[in-house]
Amino acid sequence: MNDMAISERLLPLQLNDVSFRHRNQTLLQDINLQLGVSGRTVLLGPNGAGKSLLMRLCHGLLDPTSGTVRWALDNRSWADIRQRQAMVFQRPVLLRRSALANIRHALALHGVKRSERNTLAMAALDRFGLASLSARPARVLSGGEQQRLALARAWALQPEILFLDEPTSALDPAAVKAVEDAVAAFQALGTRIVMSTHDMGQARRMADDVVFLLRGRVHEHAPASTFFESPQTPEAAAFIRGELIW
Amino acid sequence: MITRCFAMALTVLALALPVQAQEQFITLASTTSTEQSGLFGHIIPKFRDATGIDVRVVAVGTGQAFAIARAGDADILMVHDTVGEKKFVSEGYGSERRDVMYNDFVIIGPSDDPAGIAEAESAAEAMTLIADAEAAFTSRGDDSGTHRAELRLWEGAGVSTEGSWYRELGSGMGPTLNTAAGMNAYVVSDRATWLNFSNRQDLKILFQGDDVLFNQYGSVLINPERHPELKHDLAEQWHEWLLSDEGQSAISEHTIDGQQLFFPNAN
Amino acid sequence: MSGSGSFEQALNLIFSFDPALMEIIALSLRVSLTAVVIAAVLALPVGAAIALFRFPGRGALVTVLNALMGLPPVVAGLMVYLLLSRAGPLGSLGLLFTPTAMVVAQTLLVFPIVAALSRQVVEDLWEEYREQLQSLGCNRLRAIPTLLWDARFSLITGVLAGFGRASAEVGAVLIVGGNIDGVTRMMTTAIALETSKGNLPLALGLGMVLLLLVAIINAAAYQMGESAKRRLG
Repeated sequence: MNDMAISERLLPLQLNDVSFRHRNQTLLQDINLQLGVSGRTVLLGPNGAGKSLLMRLCHGLLDPTSGTVRWALDNRSWADIRQRQAMVFQRPVLLRRSALANIRHALALHGVKRSERNTLAMAALDRFGLASLSARPARVLSGGEQQRLALARAWALQPEILFLDEPTSALDPAAVKAVEDAVAAFQALGTRIVMSTHDMGQARRMADDVVFLLRGRVHEHAPASTFFESPQTPEAAAFIRGELIW
Repeated sequence: MITRCFAMALTVLALALPVQAQEQFITLASTTSTEQSGLFGHIIPKFRDATGIDVRVVAVGTGQAFAIARAGDADILMVHDTVGEKKFVSEGYGSERRDVMYNDFVIIGPSDDPAGIAEAESAAEAMTLIADAEAAFTSRGDDSGTHRAELRLWEGAGVSTEGSWYRELGSGMGPTLNTAAGMNAYVVSDRATWLNFSNRQDLKILFQGDDVLFNQYGSVLINPERHPELKHDLAEQWHEWLLSDEGQSAISEHTIDGQQLFFPNAN
Repeated sequence: MSGSGSFEQALNLIFSFDPALMEIIALSLRVSLTAVVIAAVLALPVGAAIALFRFPGRGALVTVLNALMGLPPVVAGLMVYLLLSRAGPLGSLGLLFTPTAMVVAQTLLVFPIVAALSRQVVEDLWEEYREQLQSLGCNRLRAIPTLLWDARFSLITGVLAGFGRASAEVGAVLIVGGNIDGVTRMMTTAIALETSKGNLPLALGLGMVLLLLVAIINAAAYQMGESAKRRLG
């Protein structure tokens, strides 16, 4: 990471009274949440609870209708704050060019010098076992390879925080394992992890703390062990048991 | 890849830059009938050989040719509307107008001649016969020299062209002949275009030779005071060459199927 | 009637590589391809910008752009004529009745086609890419080249449509070029001329040559696009 990133940290992230409305529907409300400087936060909740929306609000892809989303480095420019984050989507959007060129493109957007891009991009591909596929068009890679490429792209950007929106929901078990290993590697590097999942086993394996969302509100926010062993609300307990709740 | 595309674009652009011919040239506004008769193709090379000046012909209807010349978009004018040409000079757009050559108009129609104009004594009578028979007639209708001449013929005959038999096309001579051939209609044409026209189908010349069918061409110099930026020196060389013995004989040498198309009459 | 003879004449002209005909073909390609390149260079980013940015009057602009796809060539020619005429604002350049004037007129005809298609394609692609690109810190301006490059296969179709329009039109080049023999005579104006001389078979023969040329260029672009698409997914 560059000097600036070391001198001052982006995190923690503080959300105060955040709500989000779209077409007269309140999709998120009364969100008060702090994400600390390290660890892995897993967002849980039924479909439509607002997990993806919350992550997009944190990442800055959406603006809250009311309330504030504030990083510790709030005095920095939008571009600077954005450059310290990365997000991996459920279905990665890859450009119609080679795997290597996809990462080079992201590096270019982050202002990395042209002469350095290739080396950094190759290193990222190599880190995720994609070196042999570097010249392959990204769009013809398998689903698992595409997701690994998306992770490698995020890796090359050396983010302080990585958002993952159900990154494994479309993958086979082997690819799921690869993604989870990748997330662990990010964490080992000191990257803050925020991910959503529907896979309760994955949540148990990966979460340091859990944010349980229900109907657009934070229903519970607790350390993973506390959440899974002794949920505070009947709805959370029912959700953990795998009973559908809305 | 991007650089290669860019290089390709540049190459194409370079290719497209106007090939600025080293040779001198003038732009001549003239009529479709002269261009299509092949006259210019015959005489311009002779002029070029003599002077090193090329002549670029923009062939349009006489009305448009006047407009182009008035705007200063041509260096010199050659059309066949003596009245209009004299007006052009008197209004100050032109500085000099000279007779160059003539050919004649002919009245063309279906070979079975339903109006019976082949027997007419005069052009006026032929026009009257067509109107009386209400036989299909196609008119240029484009304010060209030929159109103006045709209108004078109707006027001279004193007959009205009201009626569905009279079709005003708003087209050049060639398209009008194509339409006449398709409709088997009567039409007034200059002889040169007719001789050079291939798609005759059932049409033939039915009436010719009346003095009123005389078609005078004139060369008009553009007024340098109005358009000082034009190539007046070169244009004048062309003008003088047309009127010279050399130019006049070049005009008379142009034939199609052994028939002379234009008759020089500079004085 | 010498109908079949004239048609043979057309074929002879083509297969004997008649210098005058080759010159006409070369000029047609040069003018139309240049117009298409210039129009594409201008229209692709403009279309993309209209797709990505929201501003007052955007809807009206899109409507105008779509309507201009139907701009009659004669009108485009007339506009350029009035612009380049000695009596017009750019008259001093002396460009009227030159190939450059024809390029300008055809650029005017091709621009709306490429811009309107570029807007549509980029707008659709932006829908798909927006979150990912914004996540990578890509603003809308910076997204333009990325989206254009990724939409290149769809955009080729639009550029080819523009080329088709340019190479087929006669109205604009006739007015601003003047159909001067050896200087501004193109395939389409030559066809119009031969038609008005009643030389229909030769006109048709020239028309078929034009069609063949356009078909070859389209086929080449299509093949290139398809093979690249297969490779890049």
